[in-house]
Amino acid sequence: MSKPVDHVNIARKFIADEDHIQFHDKRLWSMRELRDKQAHGIPEWEDLRALASQIKEHTLSNLAGYLEEFERKAKANGVIVHWAADAAEHNRIVHEILSSRGVDLLVKSKSMLTEECDMRPYLEERGIEVVETDLGERIQQFDNEPPSHIVVPPIHKLARDVAEVFADHIGTDRNNADPHYLAESMRQATRPKFIRAGAGMTGCNFAVAETGTVTVCTNEGNCDLSANVPPLHIASIGIEKLIPRMSDLGVFIRLLSRSALGSPITQYTSHFSRPREGSELHYILVDNGRSKRLAMEDFWYSLKCIRCGACMNTCPVYRRSGGLSYGGVYAGPIGAIINPTFDLKKYSALPFASTLNGSCSNVCPVKINIHEQIYKWRQIVAEAGYLSFSKKMSMRFAGKLLGDPKRYRKWMGGAPQLLAKLPRAFLYNPMNAWGKQREMPEAPKQSFHEWYAENRKKENK
Amino acid sequence: MQVALFVPCFIDAYYPEVAVATLELLERLGCTVVYPENQTCCGQPLGNSGCEDDARACETLFVNNFADFDYVVSPSGSCVHHVRDHLTAVPQDARTQKVRSNTYELVEFLYDVLKVREFPWAEFPHKVGLHNSCGTLRRLGHAQPSELNLPFFSKPLELLQGVRGISFATPARPDECCGFGGTFSVGEEPVSARMGQDKVRDHCNAGAEYIVSADMSCLMHQKGCSDRLGLPLKFLHIAQVLNGVKE
Repeated sequence: MSKPVDHVNIARKFIADEDHIQFHDKRLWSMRELRDKQAHGIPEWEDLRALASQIKEHTLSNLAGYLEEFERKAKANGVIVHWAADAAEHNRIVHEILSSRGVDLLVKSKSMLTEECDMRPYLEERGIEVVETDLGERIQQFDNEPPSHIVVPPIHKLARDVAEVFADHIGTDRNNADPHYLAESMRQATRPKFIRAGAGMTGCNFAVAETGTVTVCTNEGNCDLSANVPPLHIASIGIEKLIPRMSDLGVFIRLLSRSALGSPITQYTSHFSRPREGSELHYILVDNGRSKRLAMEDFWYSLKCIRCGACMNTCPVYRRSGGLSYGGVYAGPIGAIINPTFDLKKYSALPFASTLNGSCSNVCPVKINIHEQIYKWRQIVAEAGYLSFSKKMSMRFAGKLLGDPKRYRKWMGGAPQLLAKLPRAFLYNPMNAWGKQREMPEAPKQSFHEWYAENRKKENK
Repeated sequence: MQVALFVPCFIDAYYPEVAVATLELLERLGCTVVYPENQTCCGQPLGNSGCEDDARACETLFVNNFADFDYVVSPSGSCVHHVRDHLTAVPQDARTQKVRSNTYELVEFLYDVLKVREFPWAEFPHKVGLHNSCGTLRRLGHAQPSELNLPFFSKPLELLQGVRGISFATPARPDECCGFGGTFSVGEEPVSARMGQDKVRDHCNAGAEYIVSADMSCLMHQKGCSDRLGLPLKFLHIAQVLNGVKE
């Protein structure tokens, strides 16, 4: 177990940088607006969401059977299928495949699962160079940071930050923050890696049980280069990625990119079913806590997630605290409900990094009840004893007070009136979180309770 | 029609005029309003903090205070949301079930139960920014949230349109959360305050003079931000406007 993530203070620092927070909030909000435009342009949008949710719930409720069907079909197609119970086993399998074939350079497209497994350092320690070929992911790799967004990993960076990173790592002009220049420079730096790499790796957006197909949705073409140039392709697949039939795929393809970036479809929708002639195709089916989550009555719905990031784009807290403030692989609302399943203590602050506004649940293309799960995680965090001592004590005090009308009225007779009499310097001090950037409400002459006793009780008698 | 009035703790303490307006408005519309005097709070701050155990006494008291009424009305969307959806620290017996299903937020009570649309005694010749709180919008169904591709409707807007002279200013992000969030407002102070500042600036840029909402807690937070920033915005609960407040 590691130290709890201090969401509040990381967010505080993020907010203090005006350029960054303004850009971050506006950029993400514009993605939400583009998403709205797409969603509102499709009359059957809400039906699609309901259908996607049902397909996922059905699949997850019959997961073992669909996994076996997927494995059977994949094997029949000539794919080599591996099963990994956890991150460690996943990394071991990848390393085994690579080292036994003498591979020392792996090009890969973006995969949240390999982030989850912390695969890169594992392979690098064992002498295998790993090159992220997704532009955003490469930026984060160079900068030694986890992705701060599922779809746009360096969303918290300005172009000038990227110029700094590239200047340090691929020798570009530090003062040139033109996105076209930066992207082209990275393209030139990455091309030779594709040619030289002994293996390519991709993630998986959808795994079709009926055909044994892995479908990957990307925008940069890097997935196809990673998968098709080297003689060996490994696809890492979370076991929740299954869908039953090829005919189900259209439902998700219609929803995914519209929800994520507000574009009708990703530039590339690549389907991998069998190895190319003279090459190998490996699937690694990874559990890493998913079966355990599937057994959680209140939380298994989170496995429906198709990693579109729409909940992050719409989340007013995420937009103002940045993905890194969540301290885990998954940020934003989805991170607040997934990360605690990995380490409750470490991520105990995340369910509280939410106003429970519910916008995340409304944009979710597979209708995960995200904000309801956040509420429930709060109960679990408190039960496990991970609330701060002061919060625990103040809640206990409030509970007793609010449960006892006589005591409450006695307290009410003093406290708010006392507040009104206090000098400003006493009220607005660092201990008063409310007063740091906000005025306190003015205490009235009397409470409603007192007003009622004075004005109405007599009338009624 | 007999109605029990539930006055949330912070309205009782800080905004008695909102409770008075609610009481008077219900009476104007022909309701007999009862104010059970042993009431304190709905338990929301405790439940939202994950402390359902600590909420038990408070929620028990709530059920005992209100179980005998067919209508419980409150001028606070988030409290009604708690009662309806999260009053789970107490046994779910018939009395609890009754309280949970009979508790109404003021706007929905006016709109759906009393079905009132006109407020002839009310005149408000000002530019209003309507704040749909997240609790009323996405949990109680006051209006169509902007995320969903479903036909537009807005109960509070329709009610306010029954007030003479009123006009509206729509912010660029009409249903973005203002960042109050109950204990979130102090627990996550930096983000909460930033959200509040962005919200009131958005309203101000749209040209609103008054921010009107069915949730006083959001307004308490927004007013705190607005006053600190020195913005000229004023804040009123929807009950005050519908009851004919003169400004």
